[in-house]
Amino acid sequence: MSGHDHASSGASKDIAAEGEIRIGVYVCHCGSNIAGIVDVAEVARWAAEELKDQGVVVARDYKFMCSSPGQDLVTDDIRDLGLNRIVVAACSPHLHENTFRTATARAGLNPYLCELVSIREQDSWVHTDKAAATAKAKAILAGGVERVRRNEPLDPIIVEINPATLVVGGGIAGIQATLEIADAGFHVYLVEKDASIGGHMAQFDKTFPTLDCAACILTPRMVSAGTHPNVTLLTWSEVTHVDGYVGNFTVTVRKKARYVDESVCNGCGVCQEKCPKNVIDEVYEAGLGYRKAIYTPFDQAVPRTPVIDRENCTYFEKGTCKACEKFCESNAIRFDQKDEEITIEVGNIILATGYDIFDARRIAQYGYGRLPNVFTSLEFERLSNSAGPTNGHIVLRDGVTEPKTVGVIHCVGSRDRNFNNYCSAICCMQSLKFSHLVKEHTEATVYDFYIDMRTAAKGYDEFYQRVMEEGTLFVRGKPAEVTEAGRLPGEEGKLIVQVEDTLAGRQRRIPVDMVVLSVGLEPRADAKELAQRFGISCSSDGWAIEKHPKLDPVATMTEGVFIAGCVSGPKDIPTSVAQGAAAAARVLGRIQMKQMNLEPIKATVHAEHCSGCRICNTMCPYNAISFDDVKGVSFINAAMCQGCGTCVAACPAGAISGTGFSDEQVMAQIEGLLRVGADGTPLKRAAYPVAQHEGNGHRPEAPIEEAVRA
Amino acid sequence: MSPAAKSNGAAKAAAKPKLAIFGAASCGGCDIAIVNIHEHIVDVANAFDIVLWPTIMDGKYSDIEAMADGEITITLVSGSMRTDETIHLARLLRRKSQFVVSFGSCASEGCIPGLANLSSRKQILDTAFTGSSTDNPDDIRPVWECQVPEGVLHLPEFEPVLRTLDQVVDVDYTIPGCPPESSQIWAALEAVVKALNGTGPLPPKGSVLGAGESTVCDECARKRDVKKISQFVRIQQVAKFDPEICLLEQGLPCNGPATRNGCGALCPAVSAPCIGCYGAAEGVVDYGARLMSAFASVVEATQPEEIDKVLDGIPDPVGQFYRFSLAGSLLRSGRAAWQNDGE
Repeated sequence: MSGHDHASSGASKDIAAEGEIRIGVYVCHCGSNIAGIVDVAEVARWAAEELKDQGVVVARDYKFMCSSPGQDLVTDDIRDLGLNRIVVAACSPHLHENTFRTATARAGLNPYLCELVSIREQDSWVHTDKAAATAKAKAILAGGVERVRRNEPLDPIIVEINPATLVVGGGIAGIQATLEIADAGFHVYLVEKDASIGGHMAQFDKTFPTLDCAACILTPRMVSAGTHPNVTLLTWSEVTHVDGYVGNFTVTVRKKARYVDESVCNGCGVCQEKCPKNVIDEVYEAGLGYRKAIYTPFDQAVPRTPVIDRENCTYFEKGTCKACEKFCESNAIRFDQKDEEITIEVGNIILATGYDIFDARRIAQYGYGRLPNVFTSLEFERLSNSAGPTNGHIVLRDGVTEPKTVGVIHCVGSRDRNFNNYCSAICCMQSLKFSHLVKEHTEATVYDFYIDMRTAAKGYDEFYQRVMEEGTLFVRGKPAEVTEAGRLPGEEGKLIVQVEDTLAGRQRRIPVDMVVLSVGLEPRADAKELAQRFGISCSSDGWAIEKHPKLDPVATMTEGVFIAGCVSGPKDIPTSVAQGAAAAARVLGRIQMKQMNLEPIKATVHAEHCSGCRICNTMCPYNAISFDDVKGVSFINAAMCQGCGTCVAACPAGAISGTGFSDEQVMAQIEGLLRVGADGTPLKRAAYPVAQHEGNGHRPEAPIEEAVRA
Repeated sequence: MSPAAKSNGAAKAAAKPKLAIFGAASCGGCDIAIVNIHEHIVDVANAFDIVLWPTIMDGKYSDIEAMADGEITITLVSGSMRTDETIHLARLLRRKSQFVVSFGSCASEGCIPGLANLSSRKQILDTAFTGSSTDNPDDIRPVWECQVPEGVLHLPEFEPVLRTLDQVVDVDYTIPGCPPESSQIWAALEAVVKALNGTGPLPPKGSVLGAGESTVCDECARKRDVKKISQFVRIQQVAKFDPEICLLEQGLPCNGPATRNGCGALCPAVSAPCIGCYGAAEGVVDYGARLMSAFASVVEATQPEEIDKVLDGIPDPVGQFYRFSLAGSLLRSGRAAWQNDGE
């Protein structure tokens, strides 16, 4: 059996044309991170001897390759030994690929002729058997050597950065980002789908834990954003299409018809006064109050320009009325206004599109929508707000009766396998705030039903203690049910909260007049379409995915698209504001650079092999692939491509190749990996019977010929 | 054309290049496809001295053995390597030929016979000699060597696995297809003839002749849009397919996107899905892996149960993805075959 070591066979002829390959191999100890498990000196010795035929001219091991003396080993060897390929066996390329490529470039060699292979994350950290881990390090290294032989010098793609920025979403995170950039002297387009900016925060009464009035701290910022000379405010508008790439996005925005001319309207509000049509305000007042058919969502709205709700406007329904038009002194009403599409050019995008609240109707046993005195957190915010429908009186659904007992239920739709597994982060504090506000506004007894109390941020636990001292009764347990079926004395006419009190260790039935459901936060209903439109990724829930959850929380994998606030997951106001500012800082950095280098790791369609089957067309997470109808082939916009390789794998014709990840490079790396077996000895091809016939056949040939003749 | 004529002398042989056409483990369809080039067969006969073509004319292997190495200009080998006889002849013809062409799917990638690589030799022989369609009460089995009064008789021995031609000998060119389209056969032969006459370039070694560089979709007239497949259907489940729209978009697992063009997209033109007989596109290492990856990419499902449901629409994955290419694929064979099932 001629088991042969096939890594060595195919290699040399492929690169012969390129001249002599001189590879330097550097094996990092990473302190004891790698050296504790992998015999790094042996790996280096082995590479120098066994990979000589592959072009390895020097192999060294060093304590910390990423340190300055470690990098100097590489740069000195490039200069002194005339190396033209580098392989560093160390940590994940995520961590230090850039470090060693930069060092390589410093010595005058194209950075893409340096490969980093991971013998830490993929080897020493996941194994305990030293011999096997050392063998694996050799295999990984051999793969890197085979691969680097086929690397080609690449040049970065340079793009100009348009200094204008698009911010999508006018909640507190988006407003913060907008103001930071505008104050720094650059133009911002702030697009908001509702009639006013302000977001959810504008609906709140107080904000935990300091109990600042939400309006007092928010509205000045809204006004700043609305009047800032560097801000173009596009409310009642939505982004419908995004083209281009970092530095050069072309964004289409649909301005929905307001039926009011913004340039003429002075926001006097007389139209709203005179409009005869009352409509239940399901959005801002959470269904607890009325607005008119022509309206601004709330008195402090920015802009002041109202919109006409076409569905409910008497003129649009019946063709008569026009009360607003009659009384408008500025002649701003435009019943014939149409939706308008505008195109803007920006260099960077910040998505701050926020969240939806969990629909409490989905938990039928809590009775929301069926039992009148079960309220959601947003309804309670409006009830307790002095500018709300009850002027801040906390009353039952009848509008007059003050509750004597109130139950607040945490984790409604959160931390629940039936709905959302995650913690909505703000509900504990919001519930404590409700408990406090009930105590402040009424004489009621408050029961607070929680699973775990999470009060981790600054001032939060102090607030919890304060609410405890105020006399709120805490019951540790998730209520099973809220029912009006009283069966014990004192339960009649009440809502009964059935709960297992896990601290008391028993079932309890607690009669209350009002239940407040602290509903969780969910991704926007259209989160996935949004992600698709902007070319970013989102989790299966729909939360946007950060470039790195800890180290790069406001960036996405798409260059030039940033995220801030609850678009990436539930957050409180301080965190959302911090993220808005952080995203702005990232964008300002880009703007200051004026241009940036993009990684040349890109996918390319080879048109002569492309049959235009269009399988790849919807694959690209960055919308970089388009179809040329005339030529009948797909093509890739290099500046938009982030080099993820999805289309390369999807193409059934093998017509797409990834720079730096060609089939040849990947196959060579696999062949290299297969050089070494788990016991460290060269790997033989398995007992596949083909080997029997390679070289001299194991059976004499003559008998066959005789048989044929016979 | 006869061996007698050939032996007339070197001068005449030099005037006309020699052609051998050999069928290993094959159905004979490739030979029929060659004959099906109609009047061009006369051109072939004019252009070449045909020294071996067992399907069409008498010939002796001993005549081939008697030739000098490289004396045959071109040998077309159809069929796959199933017995030690075919392997021996493939090697013999390789020695005697300047150019060896892997002709058709069997020789190039194993084709339908290659699916036998999912089973061990024992399983295959059991099926053939004691299977339900065989009446063999005494369980008589073939023996590879047998003593008879005249001496030892040898039968071609059944190999543990089926192999493609290029897994056995060095191959110069490949003509794909099951069988290759007749028009393409003539085009490929003509290119070589021209090169030999000095009137055209010799295709580089390793070239695929008689086919395109793209895939079947390139030649398919159906309209194509972006693809989102929520259900795969089998051809017998649908009464009528839209004649204008891409079959894959209609849920029919059509292999066209992954299959090398050159056939003229005959199957999809009549609403039959491409089954992939022209093999992988240029540069593709493993046809089935490519196609699976492509199909998986356009399946419109996110939850594991949904995905399973969509994939249930492909009840025979090997038949779908490796019908023609199993023996030539990275897999080459099923585990049972290469382990030889304890034999």
